[in-house]
Amino acid sequence: MLKIEHLQLGFTSPTDGAITPALKGVSLELAKGETLAIVGESGSGKSVTALAITRLLPTPPAVYQGGRILFEGHDMLTATDAELRKIRGGRIAYVFQEPSTSLNPVYTIRSQIAEMITLHRPDVTDIDGEIIRWLDAVGIIDPKGRLHAYPHQLSGGMQQRVMIAMALSARPDLLIADEPTTALDVTIQKQILDKLRELQRDLGMAVLLITHNFAIIKGLARHVAVMYRGEVVEYGETEQVLRNPVHPYTKALIACIPRLGDHRRRLPTIGEL
Amino acid sequence: MRSLITLLTGSEKNRPASRFLRRFLSNPFALPAVVMILLFVLIALGTALLSSFGHQWPCDPNLTNLEQKLLPPSSLHWLGTDNLGRDVLSRMLHGAYISLTVGVVAVSVSLGIGVLVGAISGYFGGLTDQILMRSVDALLCFPTFFLILTVVAILGPSLINIVVIIGLVSWTGTARLVRAEFLTLREAEYVKGARVLGQQSWKIIMHHILPNAAAPILVTAVLGIPDAILSEAGLSFLGFGVQPPQATWGNIIADGKTYLLYAWWLNLFPGLAILIASLSFYLAGDALREAAEGRD
Amino acid sequence: MGSFIIRRLGLSLVLLFIISIISFFIVTLTPGSPYPWGELNPKISAEVKANFRKKFHLDRPLHEQYALTMCDLFTGNLRSIKDDRPVMLRIMERLPATLALNVTSILISLSFGTLLGVAAARYAGSWQEITGSFVTFIFIALPGFWISYLLAIVLVTTFGVPILGTQSYGIDFPNPAAEWLDRLWHLLIPATVLALGGIAAQSRYLRATMIGTMREDYIRTARSKGLREEVVLYKHALRNSIRPIISGIGMLLPALISGAVIVENIFAYPGMGRLGYEAVLERDYPTLVALNFVVAALVLLGNLISDILSAAVDPRVRLE
Repeated sequence: MLKIEHLQLGFTSPTDGAITPALKGVSLELAKGETLAIVGESGSGKSVTALAITRLLPTPPAVYQGGRILFEGHDMLTATDAELRKIRGGRIAYVFQEPSTSLNPVYTIRSQIAEMITLHRPDVTDIDGEIIRWLDAVGIIDPKGRLHAYPHQLSGGMQQRVMIAMALSARPDLLIADEPTTALDVTIQKQILDKLRELQRDLGMAVLLITHNFAIIKGLARHVAVMYRGEVVEYGETEQVLRNPVHPYTKALIACIPRLGDHRRRLPTIGEL
Repeated sequence: MRSLITLLTGSEKNRPASRFLRRFLSNPFALPAVVMILLFVLIALGTALLSSFGHQWPCDPNLTNLEQKLLPPSSLHWLGTDNLGRDVLSRMLHGAYISLTVGVVAVSVSLGIGVLVGAISGYFGGLTDQILMRSVDALLCFPTFFLILTVVAILGPSLINIVVIIGLVSWTGTARLVRAEFLTLREAEYVKGARVLGQQSWKIIMHHILPNAAAPILVTAVLGIPDAILSEAGLSFLGFGVQPPQATWGNIIADGKTYLLYAWWLNLFPGLAILIASLSFYLAGDALREAAEGRD
Repeated sequence: MGSFIIRRLGLSLVLLFIISIISFFIVTLTPGSPYPWGELNPKISAEVKANFRKKFHLDRPLHEQYALTMCDLFTGNLRSIKDDRPVMLRIMERLPATLALNVTSILISLSFGTLLGVAAARYAGSWQEITGSFVTFIFIALPGFWISYLLAIVLVTTFGVPILGTQSYGIDFPNPAAEWLDRLWHLLIPATVLALGGIAAQSRYLRATMIGTMREDYIRTARSKGLREEVVLYKHALRNSIRPIISGIGMLLPALISGAVIVENIFAYPGMGRLGYEAVLERDYPTLVALNFVVAALVLLGNLISDILSAAVDPRVRLE
């Protein structure tokens, strides 16, 4: 369904015009209904890859230097604005890292979700009912009462659930979740991730999960791509990679995961390994 | 452009001052504006200097010659003559000096008051702050020009009156700005440290806080000059500015009011002069503001 | 929302009080003769002077003068030196025209300022935007009286547009619509001249605010939803950026009225600016005190309205 081939991307510096490479030939594949996790540290280029898929990066300063992105037969890099807009939200939806700033503070959550529905599913007549159903599906208690709430009136966990509901309400084929739980409490993280897994199963949609945390992808993603400094350094089935990491960077990442029953007094860092 | 920056800032590329300069010069209007301002200052000061030695160029701005009145621009009178036969160009050159004086002095007055009020208000806070700020809020409700007009009308129009009054009415913006800077900087670690070490309040203000607030204050100053110039021009136009026969740009337009339809040069040139002078200061001030904001 | 309004109202009353003090004392404390005629004029008998002093409470201590003058102002006893009519009456006569002029000006400033500001933010950095910025700076630096004259000449000689006063006299209009159109023309030109500075200021302010807003995360979310760029700009970004613009209307008002003094003069528009100019010429101090007060009070009201409006637009303000 989604195929990225040797994607190269850079950013132009505002002062002197030099281009700093961000993606140096990234290749990925994602099949229908499957989950792929992209794991890497900050700056590895994982978020950039995610945003590049629907050309959400503002093109100054971003510069596409080469490669192809194919989504269900559409060449994303040459698609027209109109085509892109149909795909965004309707076929590929996003959930971002910081829910508190990713929702528009001056509109109610009802109006923000309704906007998504009316744009991509104009056949829906009972919009309020549809919204309530989605809020319920993501696990929000008393969705009817929350309809006219403003984002700042909700907790972080609830805001992220709202974002997920909003993203899913257009019934996309692919959900790209960029560090969806990083900004949340650890206890909420598990709830949200479980919910995500449940929804994916029920809806049969594909998920691209971006994270820096290797620990959360087990049981969630069938395949994993490890990124380091703009390149995919390891790629394969999650079980395989976890058991037998090939690349030294992957080994280091895995070794850094704290384990229950771990007797080490000092956790290793990437630099040491 | 880059070579100019290197020339001005030397090879130390990363000092805050050179970064500020670079940001300032990256604005496309910054350099032309500064050039125009320098030109303006040179013309104004040059004219004043020359006439203090008795030399008038191209001729005496007050020399009336009724046989030569209302002549359009020619090789003899580059900008024409007014209704009393006076050379418009000479009058405009002297008007430049008046405008410059008004701008600089009025801004100095308003800056002095504004910084003082803002500093006291921001530093000491509490009731003082409340009273001062409410007064500023109230003062801001008054249309400045109307206030200036009222006072000048009562006091009598003269250069000193005008500049002082303009200054007295325009300090509010600076005061608010300085107060805001003080409120934030007051909580800075190094200020608390200085206080713990027992440094006197006014020393803290002078040495620690003011230098950091300097950039926004500079911006307000530069942006205040064209306001003062425009106010003075308005006053002159209404007849309450610097009185004839002293030439000011507003005066020339006022004198030419009645002859507007056929003596267009009496309106066009001084108007253009006011426009270009104000524009240069506004552009320079805006570029300064962008450069200052980029830092924080 | 209610408590917000009450708080602002209370603050406004305090400011109104301070405004009354300032208006009174600015005129009173300024050195100069309080008499509209010369001090040494031999034609004015001592008795006339004494009556004058009594009428304007000049023989009382300052704070009493202030209180009495303020009372006189509101009861209609404060009379103009020029024609001995109550000052408030003279001001109220001019009020509709002034309101019409200022409201129109504000509407012009807001609408064009917003359009220009959003466009400037959207195309920021392009040569069109830079040229546009330059033009707005020219608007700000333009002396009002200069452009009024130039405009007046061009409009009257080339287009035959009527501009002086509020309506053309001595013409029979075929129908009320034609008459209103004529009034509109008379209003539009001075209002536009006054609005120029406002357009420039609003568009620059909005541009700067929008550029900041466009960097926010929720804009990225809006784009990821597949919305058209216009929707992203006008629905999502603008509503978040408009708040300082609306409260900025309050800032526009004093400048508008300042500019009106000159513009009303040139276009013979019978508003309060013109009244002020006449009062200044005649040294009509009671009118000056009253006028300064009323005008500042109106600005205060304008500020109150714009603050309430901005709270209505942006729910976050209500918490302040």
